[in-house]
Amino acid sequence: MVDALDAVFREEWGRILAALIGFLGDFDLAEEAAQEAFAIAAERWGRDGIPANPRAWLVTTGRNRALNRLRRDRTLAEKTRLLQAAHASEVTVDETIFRDERLELLFTCCHPALAVESQVALTLRTLGGLSTTEIARAFLVTESTMAQRLVRAKRKIKAAGIPFRVPPAHLLPDRLAAVLAVVYLIFNEGYAGRGDLASEALRLGSALAELIPDEPEAHGLLAMMLLHDSRRQARFRDGELVLLADQDRSLWDAEEIAEGRAELDRALAVRGRGPYALQAVIAALHIDDPPDWARIAALYGELARRTGSPVVELNRAIAVAEAEGPEAGLAILGAVPLDDFHYLHATRGELLCRLGRTSEAHDAYEQALALVHDDTERRLLERRLASIGHS
Amino acid sequence: MKFMLLIHQGTTPTPDQEAWNTVSEGEQKAVYADYQAVNKTPGVTPGMWLQPPEMATTVRVQDGQTLVTDGPFVAMKEALGGYLFFEADDLDAAIELAAKIPPARLGGGIEVRPIKEW
Repeated sequence: MVDALDAVFREEWGRILAALIGFLGDFDLAEEAAQEAFAIAAERWGRDGIPANPRAWLVTTGRNRALNRLRRDRTLAEKTRLLQAAHASEVTVDETIFRDERLELLFTCCHPALAVESQVALTLRTLGGLSTTEIARAFLVTESTMAQRLVRAKRKIKAAGIPFRVPPAHLLPDRLAAVLAVVYLIFNEGYAGRGDLASEALRLGSALAELIPDEPEAHGLLAMMLLHDSRRQARFRDGELVLLADQDRSLWDAEEIAEGRAELDRALAVRGRGPYALQAVIAALHIDDPPDWARIAALYGELARRTGSPVVELNRAIAVAEAEGPEAGLAILGAVPLDDFHYLHATRGELLCRLGRTSEAHDAYEQALALVHDDTERRLLERRLASIGHS
Repeated sequence: MKFMLLIHQGTTPTPDQEAWNTVSEGEQKAVYADYQAVNKTPGVTPGMWLQPPEMATTVRVQDGQTLVTDGPFVAMKEALGGYLFFEADDLDAAIELAAKIPPARLGGGIEVRPIKEW
């Protein structure tokens, strides 16, 4: 029973909360109502069995609870300007009248009037159903800091009049970019080691691709995340980072790769050639054995022109080094303005090492070590440094 | 809901500065036309014209003593240049209007503040 309810919670929380916010027009009230509905479910479902449509049951219950509360507390109703809702009669909500409003919720949470860290936290809280404690832990801040961040964000949505809607066409491209960026950011946190966040990002990404199927970048982002995530098991061995070339391919998740490729096909079918779709193509090419480095380098070139990102240029240098040799890669690296980025120096170290310029390689790795923060990456660099020895 | 839009000129040249002469005639006309369009937007209550921040005087009271200093409370280039009120459905509408106020594109910024409702 507890497991069944947990599963419903994970699958349905975002959708139920979105429906309740859409109806009540208030985040806090809706969150309380949703929590209450799940609490009642925990009690009743064990006794009466799981209803035929758990989602509709939970929305109905949450909605009626909130209405009761509003009736009891008229001043609250006035304050939240919910008198209209309070007058609504108790109803049984069925699938036909209750729309999926997760997209509205996602756009509200990722509104540019909120700071990015608030967008991320709010998205994880409302759509992912993560607890404040879980989000705080994932972003290495104290629980009270995270609680405050969430409270402030919700307060701003209400006070500043951030609309609960899918933006109109002329705003959509910018706003969608913000939503995709938040999902990608959550994924990256997960990729850096916190696997639960990666799963959360995948869940959000597939909801997004399902809700806006005509949007190539939604498929592109999902494809890219799936393709990267498929190598998750192989990226660490005994807690140590393993580079692509050294990874045990049997640990790659074939099903996820297939899903990722299918999603990529969908992106390309709707003429996707945006930054996420491009990155997905690049991720797919990395899976081939051996990868077509020349093509990867060309695609990184296109991506660099499109985004102007020096990190992309760094990646291009790596691909060019594979395709044309270390010298060609080094030539590109020389012009990448990322002196404070440990990857730049680590890459230089690797390429210098391949050219037998061990003393310079040694210095480059030392520079990378001085800049690295993550412990697993530090150990990887130390191993590399030890392997070239001292000149 | 109701918003106050606070117009911060930043480095935007204004007609009371010499720098205004460096602005092309076309751009000068566009600035006036844009303000006119903004003020005519349904829901807008235009603010009154403020003298430039250089004309400001800041008053503080410490231990019962009134302290008067020359200039705005914040740094000169961060000082308020003007304001207007806007009745709109939501923040997105206010953001769209703010983006049309000339200093937003000329080196300043528009602060959108919701007005408290009771």
